[in-house]
Amino acid sequence: MLRHHFADMEQQRQASSLGMWLFLATEIMFFGGMFCAYLVYRYWYFLDFAAASKSLDIRLGAVNTAVLICSSLTVVLAVRAAQLGKRHGQVVYLALTLVLGLAFLGIKAVEWTSKFKEHHIPGASFHFEGAVPGHPDEPVDQRHAQIFFSLYFAMTGMHALHMVIGVGIFSYLLYNAWKWRYTPDYYTPLENSGLYWHFVDIIWIYLFPLLYLIDRKK
Amino acid sequence: MATAAITAERENYLNQEYGIKSWLLTTDHKRIALLYLLSITFFFFIGGFFALLIRLELLTPAGDLVQADTYNKLFTMHGQVMIFFFLIPSIPAVLGNFLVPLMIGARDLAFPRINLLSWYLYIIAGILMLHCMLTGGVDTGWTFYTPFSTAFSNTKVIEAGLAIFISGFSSILTGLNFVVTIHRMRAPGMTWNRLPLFIWAHYATSIIQLLGTPVVAVTLVLVVLERAFHLGIFDPTRGGDPLLFQHLFWFYSHPAVYIMILPSMGIVTEIVPCFTRKRIFGYKFVAMSSIGIAVLGFLVWAHHMFVAGISLYSALIFSMLSYLVAVPSAIKVFNWTATMYKGSITFATPMLYAFGFIGLFLMGGLTGLFLSALGIDVHVTDTYFVVAHFHYIMVGGAVMGYLGGMHFWWPKISGRMYPEALGKLAAMIVFIGFNLTFFPQFILGYLGMPRRYWQYPPEFQVLNVLSTAGSTVLAVGYVLPMVYFLWSMRYGKVAPANPWGASGLEWTTASPPPTFNFDRTPVVDWEAYDYEHIPAPEEARVAG
Repeated sequence: MLRHHFADMEQQRQASSLGMWLFLATEIMFFGGMFCAYLVYRYWYFLDFAAASKSLDIRLGAVNTAVLICSSLTVVLAVRAAQLGKRHGQVVYLALTLVLGLAFLGIKAVEWTSKFKEHHIPGASFHFEGAVPGHPDEPVDQRHAQIFFSLYFAMTGMHALHMVIGVGIFSYLLYNAWKWRYTPDYYTPLENSGLYWHFVDIIWIYLFPLLYLIDRKK
Repeated sequence: MATAAITAERENYLNQEYGIKSWLLTTDHKRIALLYLLSITFFFFIGGFFALLIRLELLTPAGDLVQADTYNKLFTMHGQVMIFFFLIPSIPAVLGNFLVPLMIGARDLAFPRINLLSWYLYIIAGILMLHCMLTGGVDTGWTFYTPFSTAFSNTKVIEAGLAIFISGFSSILTGLNFVVTIHRMRAPGMTWNRLPLFIWAHYATSIIQLLGTPVVAVTLVLVVLERAFHLGIFDPTRGGDPLLFQHLFWFYSHPAVYIMILPSMGIVTEIVPCFTRKRIFGYKFVAMSSIGIAVLGFLVWAHHMFVAGISLYSALIFSMLSYLVAVPSAIKVFNWTATMYKGSITFATPMLYAFGFIGLFLMGGLTGLFLSALGIDVHVTDTYFVVAHFHYIMVGGAVMGYLGGMHFWWPKISGRMYPEALGKLAAMIVFIGFNLTFFPQFILGYLGMPRRYWQYPPEFQVLNVLSTAGSTVLAVGYVLPMVYFLWSMRYGKVAPANPWGASGLEWTTASPPPTFNFDRTPVVDWEAYDYEHIPAPEEARVAG
């Protein structure tokens, strides 16, 4: 289990953990570019963004938020089960995580399908019905609404891609947990993948209010 | 001589295993460094080939060798290949890969398999880039400026963007590996204040790679998406903002300059104390100046956009911040010269490159101050003055340092000495060729010759001919080391463990090192650059 170039298990564990945290730092910068673009355009095209944001389905977004938060809980419980050396617990909680992750992706697919039907996909056939909030006679600028949806699809799409990768990783973990490979002495893959899952969760925790909730009060 | 013969027959990382599989599946950081060496050398000569074509076209004022469209592709691909496939991986992935574990007394990098993965990603990106170049190329300039890249260019923007996106992952993984290794794998007694300054420079570089590269990655993703699906994020006709693209692009691509130059500074900081037989002057200042450059480097990006339409106030602030980068850079230059003061200097080949670096970097850096001054920048924006400035940093600085480092550590890498006389000759040729190529460009730019045109008014011809002549001299200077390095692998004198009498853990193990670097984990109880207590070897004296 100890790779040749480490002095002891503790050093190996710490190296893996630091590596994972650094990787997550790069992920923050990656999403940061898109958050930055979102901020700029929201500031410029405030009213059009508000109108576009209100058209998103808040119920589906809220359900997905709950699903993801629950999945983070099951991940933690799986790690705890590994620390306590309980194979059964690991398998159950990892399986639950997978189910919740897939549920999130399923709901996301439903949401995107409805966007497709409403012609909210950026491109030649893009069309956004609606008026600027507070000015019922003034229609929303199509170009600005399209930028909102470009960013919406870029951000939620990139997030969903991370979820898909996460589902792949957790399937692998589930297989290994089934084979009894994680013990109280060695559960680094579980812990690090858990960090990744929480990170993807946190990105959604920011996306949900920024895209869905922020303009609801009016 | 007897000891040397024994050294040569020892089992080492080169002769422990043979066969193509033992190389392609290796996780040994030293072998991966050599894989990288081969691949970046390949791309260096491709990029150099484009450069020579550019210089040939500019030999005459008329656009006679190539058409305008071809010329656009030539300078684009020259830039992309040289920056993303040579300069950024060059020192970290070759010398850094080889030396970081050796210098801190580790058996390998923290993640050997990720290290190999980073090379494979680089190769995948490289193949994609080669395919892109062979099937039509790309003409946006290496900067991919929108909306040209997303709405107008008819060339292979998506493929080039993806290639650079993938190479970015390779760069991130290298940086991540270094940071974890430096934090977690140091030998007992190797405290932060005893680290060689090469390590500090690589630490700072890695931080930039980690925090900067993802931003250019997502920017390129958005460019590719916009080009493929017409998103409109950067396209002004759809309400998007091209300036946003420039901000996001330069947020990485300015710090990327420091990815290229910081490792070179690290090399010079190793070479100068060794060939002056003195401790480095102001260790902590040199270490902290690397971190300072990395931090300040993230705060100056908009100086690439002074004439692009940013507000005067942000231009003022970015101008001031750009001046600040000169402070840590100057600390380094002053400390190198202070180290040499009253030192016993040997003019060996690596030291010649270090001298070359200091002089050329000084010129590159000072002209950088011209460019961060708002008024002068308006006059010289997009002229050959800018071209000369950044070539003084990237070629005069980064490549000189890289070559100096290759000569300095070649005995360690290959176990053989390179021919010293030829080495000095090549160093002189590179220095002369470089200045002949790029100094006239300062004048050309100041007189108003714009960059990226395939024709120019006849009055600029004399200086352009000088520049083209210099580029052929420079090419000879670059081919020569490659030839004698290859020659020395078979015929070179067998190198002892420490041919230069240098400090540092990498010199305490055999040349070439055994697979696990040290026979037993070293314990460090001395300070870095302890040259008062290391005798200068006879070889280095003779070399001088």
